[in-house]
Amino acid sequence: MKAMLFKRALQLITVVWGVGTLTFILMRSLPGDMSYRIAASRYGQDNVDSHAAALVREELKLDQGALMAYWHWLSDLLQFNLGDSLVSGLPVVDALKHMLGHSLLLAVAGLMLSVLIAVPLGLLSAWRGNPLDSVLMGLSSVIRAMPVFVLGVLFILLFALHWNWFPVAGFGTPAHLVLPAITLALSLAAVSNRVVRDSAKRTFQAAFYQFSRVKGLSAWQTFRQHGVRNIAVPVVAFFGIQLVSMIEGIVMIESLFSWPGIGHGLAHAIFARDIPVIQGAALVMGILFVLLNTLVDIICLWIDPRGAKTL
Amino acid sequence: MKMTHSQWLGLSVLLGLLAFSLFGILFSPYSLSEQNLDAILQAPSASHWLGTDHFGRSMLTRMAHAVGLSFALSLLCMLTSSLVGTAFGVWAVWGGKKVDNILGIVVNILLALPGLVVVLLFAAIAPGSFLVLYLAISLVQWVEYFRVVRAVTQGVIQSPARQSSQMMGFGRWYQFKRHIWPAISPSVFTLAAFGGANAILTMASLGFVYVGIQPPLAELGLMTVELFPYYSDAPWLLAQPLIVIALMVFSFHLLAGKRA
Repeated sequence: MKAMLFKRALQLITVVWGVGTLTFILMRSLPGDMSYRIAASRYGQDNVDSHAAALVREELKLDQGALMAYWHWLSDLLQFNLGDSLVSGLPVVDALKHMLGHSLLLAVAGLMLSVLIAVPLGLLSAWRGNPLDSVLMGLSSVIRAMPVFVLGVLFILLFALHWNWFPVAGFGTPAHLVLPAITLALSLAAVSNRVVRDSAKRTFQAAFYQFSRVKGLSAWQTFRQHGVRNIAVPVVAFFGIQLVSMIEGIVMIESLFSWPGIGHGLAHAIFARDIPVIQGAALVMGILFVLLNTLVDIICLWIDPRGAKTL
Repeated sequence: MKMTHSQWLGLSVLLGLLAFSLFGILFSPYSLSEQNLDAILQAPSASHWLGTDHFGRSMLTRMAHAVGLSFALSLLCMLTSSLVGTAFGVWAVWGGKKVDNILGIVVNILLALPGLVVVLLFAAIAPGSFLVLYLAISLVQWVEYFRVVRAVTQGVIQSPARQSSQMMGFGRWYQFKRHIWPAISPSVFTLAAFGGANAILTMASLGFVYVGIQPPLAELGLMTVELFPYYSDAPWLLAQPLIVIALMVFSFHLLAGKRA
């Protein structure tokens, strides 16, 4: 447990350092005088003059070379001094808080839905076997071949434009959440239902499982007492692996449905070359990624305490 | 190496798409950005086999270029990341504790961020650059090969067969060819097929959020966005890039055979 938490803490530091370094390189690689750009991001585009730029240059000691500037850049980052957006002029932190709420809502809704889809379907195909198994596996292969945004575009065309059931894009009402959440859930469930199926199949065929049936437990009792926990371990561990595709899915889905979350913010900031926002959004995503991974690790340990020794 | 039926199917669809792209680029009478505003949003006809887009550009030419671009990127990324990943994976085992530790740190840094976010950050440095896209995707993908190759190689290095080879005085290259490569090659091929699919997906995703390849070049994700507003007038146009992306990814998955 301790070793695992230590490893994750180390990862958190790497994320902050990695994002900070990449955005620093980005800042340096843009043409023009850097002190003007930082002044613009701090005091707003209209308040930039040679005086403000000189202040920034003095404070950050920009004329002392790249290494010193890099050091100041990182120490600013560690104090969560993320600056102001180059486009809106508002503090990045406020924008991030606003976006994070929306992203978390979408992520939680999508993940819940994907569990609700994947677990019953996976168990069903392991329990029933062919021909249902082949049909479900074929279906999941087809959905898996479609990138998230293709799936989203299809849903918009069908449910929003053709049938007018749900709004095309935007946010605010629960109806706006339906299509993005279903898109995310389906793209995740198309992969995870295989894992549920494989894990369930392995457990159903295991000697201990057969034995508990032979000794007289009913099918339901066997499943509850000997099945659930054993099936759950690989499935929960896989959710940890799937976090990558979840965060990538969120970036795409938010951009597609104009959902005002972190991914949407990141894509827009990159398009507008709004470096403080790029840094903030990437930072929040990285931190979120590490925290969620830690959560998955803890749940895995809770389900299967044997894993503690190997971690 | 024996391939299953579905692997053959995947390979032939991919080769078919590649042939379509090559013939389209070589023999089409229209150029990539040649506009004809008198003939926009046309249905497939004898002069424009796949119709024309909202600027009257030949869809066949644009699709051929877009498919070619996707193949070029995915093959380049596949080659680079598999070579780098395999080489570093073997080196981590063979090179001793120090090399292994250093490579481990590098890999952990790369794994700390989701792949698409890394690629997006790189895309921010040089928007619309094919080279940067290729470098960023390869940088993300080699880690997979590294981890698998390293895990498998660790077992092979300890095997009596490899150790007797070494004691008989065979060189490292021979030992690699004779003992390590046969053990890792199935995994490397599977990873390469999935990697090819992922490279295509990533490029299309970036094009879709408008930070990837820039117009007037043709790219599958970008074409999806460009043609989306015209879906009610010309649904067959929007369908083309969507179908081709799904088909390419699906074929790569078939080719991979085993599940990831």
